[in-house]
Amino acid sequence: MIQPIQPAEIQRRLDSLKDQDVYIHLEMTTGAYAAHMDASKHPAATFITNAVIQYSHGSISGNGPFRVGLKMNHGWVYSEGLTHYVESEPERLILAGHDQQGKLVVSLQLSREPF
Amino acid sequence: MEQRILVVLPHPDDEAFGLSGTLAQLIDQGAYVTYACLTLGEMARNMGTPPFASRVTLPQIRRKELEESCAAIGIQDLRMLGFHDKTIEFEDKVLLDEHINALIEEVRPTLVVTFYPGYSVHPDHDATGEAVVRTVGRLPKAERPPVYCMAFSRNHEQAIGKPDISFDVRNYLKNKMDSIKAHRSQFQAGEILGDKDHTDTELLERFGTERFWTYKFD
Repeated sequence: MIQPIQPAEIQRRLDSLKDQDVYIHLEMTTGAYAAHMDASKHPAATFITNAVIQYSHGSISGNGPFRVGLKMNHGWVYSEGLTHYVESEPERLILAGHDQQGKLVVSLQLSREPF
Repeated sequence: MEQRILVVLPHPDDEAFGLSGTLAQLIDQGAYVTYACLTLGEMARNMGTPPFASRVTLPQIRRKELEESCAAIGIQDLRMLGFHDKTIEFEDKVLLDEHINALIEEVRPTLVVTFYPGYSVHPDHDATGEAVVRTVGRLPKAERPPVYCMAFSRNHEQAIGKPDISFDVRNYLKNKMDSIKAHRSQFQAGEILGDKDHTDTELLERFGTERFWTYKFD
């Protein structure tokens, strides 16, 4: 089930995935049709899927939409605008930010197995 | 001769607005349709309203939606080729063309339908159309089936002119509406179609004609 983010639950899951190899999916998109619908819009999208990272410290902050930062040995993962998580997937962390029309704008996913 | 139609499109739902009525009509007249859908549209932004899909569940949800849409149209043979959404333009062209060529050799289509390369907005649409016309273009001239292309980019008619093929699909509007409704994670049918049915004058006007450009090789 997709639910609005419960920060305490997300923090618990972030803690359970730290200090180990995890697969990350990180994405942000304005949608492939952004400029087709409205020529003033700049279409942009980026994703990386199933890269392996390790973080020593991960936390969620904000009052919603939420931000997540993961501190890695040599750098950071940062994501802003997160609104929802998949409650029924306790083994992995599936976060997404949806706009007012429900469209996905951003996603951050972590798992011990590839997506 | 019975028509054998090969449809090659990258995303589940690409068939719904521009092609479903035509296919339903041709199938009704005896055509056999093979629809090769290159990806599962797993990178779509629309996740249902309110969201009921996640990045993890979306591929399987869209697979089911595609199957339902094909059933509504009457498509006999659906192939999901397993490429990844948004990556068609970066795929190995040899691999992509091999898949399409294998389908052509198997199906021996009398008609191929795809997107018009360069005029179809989404990079996957353009790359799919390019791969199809590249592959069909390699066939000896006498063996090439006609390729009908869909196009909808801004100002496309300035470059490629008016469509030369047009189907009146008003008698198949129910199939078309059911195809659109099947893709419930992607389209809010309530907003697009309202509570009107397939006999509604406004819907017949808006959705009753489907247009294509026959691709001109060399």
